[in-house]
Amino acid sequence: MISVQNEDFDPGEEYSKLREDAVDAGGIVSFTGLVREFYDSNSSEDEKVQSLFLEHYPGMTEKCLEQICDDARQRWPLLSVRVIHRVGELAPGDQIVFVGTASAHRQAAFDAARFIMDYLKSKAPFWKKQKSGDSSEWVASRDSDETALEEWQD
Amino acid sequence: MLNIHYFASIRERLNKETEEIEFSQSVSTVDELITHLQNIDSATEAAFSSAGKILVAVNQTVVNRDHVLTDNDEIAFFPPMTGG
Repeated sequence: MISVQNEDFDPGEEYSKLREDAVDAGGIVSFTGLVREFYDSNSSEDEKVQSLFLEHYPGMTEKCLEQICDDARQRWPLLSVRVIHRVGELAPGDQIVFVGTASAHRQAAFDAARFIMDYLKSKAPFWKKQKSGDSSEWVASRDSDETALEEWQD
Repeated sequence: MLNIHYFASIRERLNKETEEIEFSQSVSTVDELITHLQNIDSATEAAFSSAGKILVAVNQTVVNRDHVLTDNDEIAFFPPMTGG
């Protein structure tokens, strides 16, 4: 199941739901992404992130996330998958994304969670705008995010 | 009609979220549509040429520039995605 929402989420609650949903699971992996206070380790104090705005393409976002989850289900025997992505105005420390996967064995759950995260970073229509100091700018995509996808190519 | 949507930095550069363009044989591919939009005014031309890499989705699927358009398509222009 996927959700695109402005509201915060409770990872504990999501874990419990995955556990209820996947009765025969041997392992559940959950990942929670947070808004960083500094975009990268070279940032100076005045580049401290004050807020992050998440724009998305309603309709296409949901379609892409469903597709990514379907692709993960094709590759690994998953018993349950959960993706939550927040949009709108967020602050440093806020939870931004949740990915949970349940499978009979840990390797499938670990790999599928990583696969879903790697794909949603550069294949789902979300854009981050970061406000720091007096300026706000759109976050540039990273080559490393594209490189991460190469690992999953057959 | 072609329904066009702009997102993120491209939406800001153009200062518009959506617009409609009459569908015709002269805008039968994504490439031709971009040329057509750039010919409308210099601000649009500048926005497209200075925006860096621009991705295109037709009916909510990312496509190549040679993708063939049909009437009533929903077309979106946006920068590389930065989710997660």
